[in-house]
Amino acid sequence: MSVMASSAPAASRGLNPRAVRMIEAILIPIGALVVSALLFSIFLILLGKSPAQFFNLIWVGGFGSAFSIQNTLQRSAPLILTGLAFAIPARIGLTLLGAEGALVLGGFTAAAIAIPLVTGGWPAFIGLPIMAATAMATGAAWIGIAGWLRHYRGVNETISSLLLGYIAIAIMNFFVEGALRDPGSANKPSTMPIGDAYRVGPIPGTSVHWGLAAGIILAVLLYILMTRTTFGFAARMTGGNVRAAQAQGLPVGFLVVACCAIAGACAGLAGFYEVAAVHGQANASLVAGYGFTGILVAFLARQNPLAVVPVAIMFGALAAAGGLVQRRMGMPDATVLVLQGIIFVVLLVSETFYGRIPFLQPKTGERT
Amino acid sequence: MNKMTVSRRSILKTGLKAGAAGLAASALPFGLARAQSPITLGAVYVGPRDDFGWNQAHAVAMDILKQVPGVTVIEEENVPETDAVAQSMESMINLDGANLILATSFGYYKPFVVETAKKYPDVQFRHAAPLWNADTDPKNAGSYFCYLNQAHYVDGVAAGLCTKSNKIGFVAAKPIPSVLSNINSVLLGAKSTNPDATVQVIFTGEWSLPVREAEAANALIDAGCDVITCHVDSPKVVIQTAESRGAKSCGHNASQAPLAPNGFITGAEYKWETIYKIYADDLAKGEELPNFIAGGYHNDMLRNTAYGAGATPEAMKAADAAIEGLKAKKPIYVGPLKDNKGNVVIEGTMDNYDPVLDGMNYLLEGVQGSIT
Repeated sequence: MSVMASSAPAASRGLNPRAVRMIEAILIPIGALVVSALLFSIFLILLGKSPAQFFNLIWVGGFGSAFSIQNTLQRSAPLILTGLAFAIPARIGLTLLGAEGALVLGGFTAAAIAIPLVTGGWPAFIGLPIMAATAMATGAAWIGIAGWLRHYRGVNETISSLLLGYIAIAIMNFFVEGALRDPGSANKPSTMPIGDAYRVGPIPGTSVHWGLAAGIILAVLLYILMTRTTFGFAARMTGGNVRAAQAQGLPVGFLVVACCAIAGACAGLAGFYEVAAVHGQANASLVAGYGFTGILVAFLARQNPLAVVPVAIMFGALAAAGGLVQRRMGMPDATVLVLQGIIFVVLLVSETFYGRIPFLQPKTGERT
Repeated sequence: MNKMTVSRRSILKTGLKAGAAGLAASALPFGLARAQSPITLGAVYVGPRDDFGWNQAHAVAMDILKQVPGVTVIEEENVPETDAVAQSMESMINLDGANLILATSFGYYKPFVVETAKKYPDVQFRHAAPLWNADTDPKNAGSYFCYLNQAHYVDGVAAGLCTKSNKIGFVAAKPIPSVLSNINSVLLGAKSTNPDATVQVIFTGEWSLPVREAEAANALIDAGCDVITCHVDSPKVVIQTAESRGAKSCGHNASQAPLAPNGFITGAEYKWETIYKIYADDLAKGEELPNFIAGGYHNDMLRNTAYGAGATPEAMKAADAAIEGLKAKKPIYVGPLKDNKGNVVIEGTMDNYDPVLDGMNYLLEGVQGSIT
């Protein structure tokens, strides 16, 4: 990279390539959001609704009060973690759709291991770390399988991770409706409640659970890992060209499985917080689609772990305000989905503008 | 189950009392009664309001509350059973000033309704399943519920006389007590009019899996069933599949009659408006809502969909008679009854509201299918 940077003639225009990339990385997503908002406004006008009212409600419901901000942050907490679960493998060139399964299985194993811990009378400060570690290890192993299959058996990781997700849900259902079912949960099969002592409370002074803090800390750590360490450099190099990486003697198999395991650990941790902070037990409600929304989050963040945080918060705000839009404008729940769909498509199109914005380009037309 | 037993006993008392209060209050025209203070009612649904099923049944009945002067109804659909529902309820309270919340999906209750009710003691919460426990749960929360298996029994009575193959197909979501009770009630209803009738059941494993529901309906018809019914969130796909294959059908949750102009017999429907009317009357008078309401045919909380083209005259007559019987609390489960593995599961006669039935974990003899 440094070699390319020093050889780029963009400096002749007073813009160094690094700055150009940063400007692009900010300008293009914001432009895409503005275009999406305009397209969605046309959609609203065709329906006879007021775009001004809509965007005002998004503001009010997402950020307009202390309650709204906490509502937004609470909803964004699992999305940060599942966004990371897509973004990290993407840096090594893998398209993994396994976060949903890893979240569900991680949450389930956390609830399962809690049963002997709770009945054995272990205090929460010992039990909760064990639950979290179990959830992360399970998620890591689960998505690690997809990485291993990819590298050593040549199995398409997108398909295998997606299908592993369905298997994960089936495994949870099998145990929750069978051996590990709480006899008291007749009409909604669930594991034994972990009890109040084992519940992770909110961050002091807020109603937002600790999963948000965990997500932000992990995002920073993973950003450092992917951009400031030899591991991250090797992973990105592998993502750029596997054969070149192999020719350089990089441990490609290890890197692939490790990136998948990191992704799975993030999703598994999200599952832990769903059990320990939200549900208090494992049941079918763990299958809430956070893993799939995380894909959109990571795409919009262009697989940058730091950018995952604000993007997840934006999605959290849309979800938080979605109810208000339903209630105040009498619009169906699908309205916000339409907006999300438009954002996603416009964003994919906007990818083609990187390196093609005329006034940012060096005279020779070289792209860096 | 012990918790359930306690509440289940108290149910009937409160239910009857509430029913009587409702009748008395309904004599007052709404125009005279006025809400003491403005009420903003927030209704939360787990699926779309036009799902031809559970959510539609609630949304349609909600209209009666919209007409109470001084009551504003705000609604939110497709709210999953995660912390999203807690956030939605809090958003209704904080941003729209809601002071009564109707949470209509089973999985909303614990922990979300309970915890939100503790956090907002001035707001009333009512949840559509018999889960509220007077000893442990907040007093500003409560439950309301109807025992739909009675209406499924009526479906069975009619289906028994409409089937030619003596095989009734049942597409079921999960093998949990409320679903099993509906399947067994269809069987007992059918057997009461047609001793040769059997029920074949396929479990899809989830509340909403339209593709698998269509496959299950087709498989049942291929296996010789000529009447199809179901217990899934939205019966739309099952009923449409049966109609397109020329089979007759019985509905579930709401009216699916428009979906099957040729083969529809009748359907098991909730009459939530009876409960919502009790709430509306109490609100109009400025009184507190009852914590627990439940019932079935005997207190006007169920109905069967108006007969469709698939119902024969004898079936209509038998079903009408069955409804009259249920209104007089005629028992459905009359022992001795065996499960389909040969064990005696019910020895004597069970009251239709006996709490033991809430723990049902078997399919009766005559049902082909397995819950494991």
